[in-house]
Amino acid sequence: MIRIVLRRLAVAIPVLLLVSLITFVLADLVPGDAARSILGANATDAQVTALTEQLGLNRPLPVRYGSWLAAALHGDLGTSIFTGEPVSRAMLDRFPATVSLIAGAVLLAGLLGAGLGIASALRGGWLGRAVDVIALLGMAVPGFWFALVLVTLFAVRLPLFPATGYTPFTDSPVGWFESLVLPVLTLGIPAAAPVAKQTRDGVLTELGRPYVHVLRARGVPERLVILKHVLRNAAAPVVTVLGIVVVVLLGGTVLAESVFVVPGLGGLAVSATAAHDIPTIQAIAVLFTVIVMVVNLLIEMVYAMVNPKVRT
Amino acid sequence: MNGVAARFARRPLAVVSLGYLLLVVAVTLFAGRIAPYPPDRQDLGAALTGPSRAHLLGAGELGRDVLSRMIYGGRATLLAVLVTMVVFTLAGVPAGILAGYRGGRFDRFVLTSADLMFAIPVMIVLLVVLAIFPNNEVAAMAVSGLLGAPGLARVVRSATLGVREELYVRAAVASGLRDTVILRRHVLPRVTGTILVQVSMFGAGAVLLETGLGFLGLGTTAASWGNLVGEASRNLGTLPWLLIPSGVLIITVILAINLVGDGLRDALAERQNGVTTGTRRPARTPPAASTPDDTPPAPDALLEVRDLTVTLPIDGVPTEVIGGVSFDLRPGEALGIVGESGCGKTVTASALLGLLPPGAAITRGGVRFRDTDLTRASAAQARRIRGGAIGWISQDPIAGLDPSFTAGAQVAEAVRLHTGCGRREARRKALDLLERVRLTDPPRVYRSYPHQLSGGMAQRVGIAAALAGDPALLIADEPTTALDVTVQAEILDLLRELRRAGTAIVLITHDWGVLADLCDTAVVMYAGQVVERAPVAAMVAAPVHPYTGALLRSDPHHAVRGEPLPVLAGAVPAPADRPTGCHFQNRCPRVTDGCRDRPIAIRPLPEGDRTARCARIGAI
Repeated sequence: MIRIVLRRLAVAIPVLLLVSLITFVLADLVPGDAARSILGANATDAQVTALTEQLGLNRPLPVRYGSWLAAALHGDLGTSIFTGEPVSRAMLDRFPATVSLIAGAVLLAGLLGAGLGIASALRGGWLGRAVDVIALLGMAVPGFWFALVLVTLFAVRLPLFPATGYTPFTDSPVGWFESLVLPVLTLGIPAAAPVAKQTRDGVLTELGRPYVHVLRARGVPERLVILKHVLRNAAAPVVTVLGIVVVVLLGGTVLAESVFVVPGLGGLAVSATAAHDIPTIQAIAVLFTVIVMVVNLLIEMVYAMVNPKVRT
Repeated sequence: MNGVAARFARRPLAVVSLGYLLLVVAVTLFAGRIAPYPPDRQDLGAALTGPSRAHLLGAGELGRDVLSRMIYGGRATLLAVLVTMVVFTLAGVPAGILAGYRGGRFDRFVLTSADLMFAIPVMIVLLVVLAIFPNNEVAAMAVSGLLGAPGLARVVRSATLGVREELYVRAAVASGLRDTVILRRHVLPRVTGTILVQVSMFGAGAVLLETGLGFLGLGTTAASWGNLVGEASRNLGTLPWLLIPSGVLIITVILAINLVGDGLRDALAERQNGVTTGTRRPARTPPAASTPDDTPPAPDALLEVRDLTVTLPIDGVPTEVIGGVSFDLRPGEALGIVGESGCGKTVTASALLGLLPPGAAITRGGVRFRDTDLTRASAAQARRIRGGAIGWISQDPIAGLDPSFTAGAQVAEAVRLHTGCGRREARRKALDLLERVRLTDPPRVYRSYPHQLSGGMAQRVGIAAALAGDPALLIADEPTTALDVTVQAEILDLLRELRRAGTAIVLITHDWGVLADLCDTAVVMYAGQVVERAPVAAMVAAPVHPYTGALLRSDPHHAVRGEPLPVLAGAVPAPADRPTGCHFQNRCPRVTDGCRDRPIAIRPLPEGDRTARCARIGAI
């Protein structure tokens, strides 16, 4: 287990450096004046000079990156050039909404995907084809479009859920739940497709393995063969797929939070982009990378727990 | 690539999808001639109205024509997608080919960067790009292609690795052709299919990405498909219709790209495997059924297999895989079933447990064990007998154990199932069983997972689990085939010992040595039928059926030094291709016309306790 954590850290540090560096190098790549490009053609020279000063664009890249890195290691991720607020504060405020959203979507994707996958593997027939169709549509239907359809159907036509907005759990658990239903459906249903596919393939592969025949020949009831043995062995690759799903969902929050006006990190990223708030978007990129790393680490640990070949 | 193109052309869905994509591209290219209005022409009177004669797909904000904006919007969207795919290909393919062909440090670099890229949240990086280059969608999409490239490189690398190992490429290397020539002439054509599949999948993702950026208002400011969805979202309350045209267009384009990719992938897989999936062979008429075997049963038999006939659906037609199989086994006896692969030995053994593959049916005869008809027993009844009075030993010892549980847990599970005892008691009994199968350190084996065991140890564990219900009969399906010779002998010793303790054994094998070592009776199967049944010693000394003789002569144990081992020419016919008459006729040196006309019945021989299925018994 310790070896897994160390190996993940060995990957994590270069990736974090890479992502943060990319954001700095990009600003340097802009032909001419980055600050002017950000502010647009109508900006006054005074504005451009002020922004250049604030972004430190007048200092050489290594110096600029070094000082950002030193501050970041102390938890100071800079100040938003748009609101003047510390970036870490803004991110902290918006963390709970995004975590609620992603946790809900992963839960839905996991349960729905595993359920569909198992059912289609054991029953086959139309259920198997349904999984194929859902998987194909899940790849083809844009999440933001699906979200708008859900809003039209279940918030505008049938006012069952709020069309937009987010209620913190601490304000009202029921309101929190209701405000999450549509965004979680938006993110979770398409994400269920790869989970269902992997579950079905996994269960079918396991059912064809010699040990299943041996267990049956040993008189183990079919219920136990499936629940105790087949599902256990089919689970490990599904865990890996769930890890990939989380990374995809992180990107999905950018769109979903915009459609549903959820005050989360994804929405913050979009508004920061629109406002050319480079310190904020830089910090979010780093934070998202950290989240991906942590998720990958957790996935690998769960994988090791399920799979004795990795553990022993 | 030609073979792939032809195979691709046989897939209607993929061809239609490709046609649709080409149509969309063509309409976009000739937007100026086809679109009814310029993209920004305003018709304020028609603002936010549904389909009408003037605006076939309705009009959006400022009364701009939806259809025209969709047609012109394709320019921005498809250009961005094209840029993404080009960057993706140009960065990923050379890196992948080089990594696969050269290996070494560069290979490790490609693999590592692919690992790193998986951890980068692409969407956020694109937002960073757009924060610095406002609305410069092409730059953002190019970056997405760059971020995806290591993934492509990894796939191309493994495809290249596969090609490089092939003989003709190795020959080209050995003959001193320059690397660039080899790569261009031999490697690139072979990995092109793989690349096309990857690029098309990535292209589908790029459409999603571009429309997403457009929807957020961060992409291009010109008309684009994503901008249309963004416009629809601003007017959901007034005109939800606006969602439909742009949504349908985006979804169908992505679907089409995916279907083209799927078609390519399947066409490639077909060429590599040489099989045609999706097309069905014409329906066949089932071959003639075998003749029944009505040898009278032994009165005191433990196991009585009588005229057992099993069909399996092959190309949708129920086809006899074993026909008229009969034999008996008294308590404590050992019987060996011998024959080449594909003769129905394993189906017979599975049928003895009532565990046939899905779709299989017993059309005649049955299996009686003590007083139970196993082929008609209830599920609960069959379960009690399986692993209880009848134990099963598998062909592949390690794969026969569940990799997720310790060896001990699996033996204990069997003990609990068949004795109903508690956990602690089951553990004790399981340890006893591991000791009984002569494992040297039972507690250590108990704690071990299957992958930590050797083949011989795993087979002992399998035998221990089979003994959990104190069986009167063990069925062993080639129990030693997967093992080393010395381990084989040890497992055979163990089986012989169990036999001496009174357990009857049915042994499936193709090894005469093993059979002669352990069994009293031999049953020879050929193409789904029993062709000869006799006491082992008598059969080995004087085989009656020509197939038995051929099998015995080709047995390596009887090889004479300095002389070539006689080999039986030809192959066992598949169940669907078995001839009328004697199944062995096409390989038999003594075949006559009489062997071909009608099914051959199995007949008792004068020397007693023997039967054979040959029309020429008297003549040989």
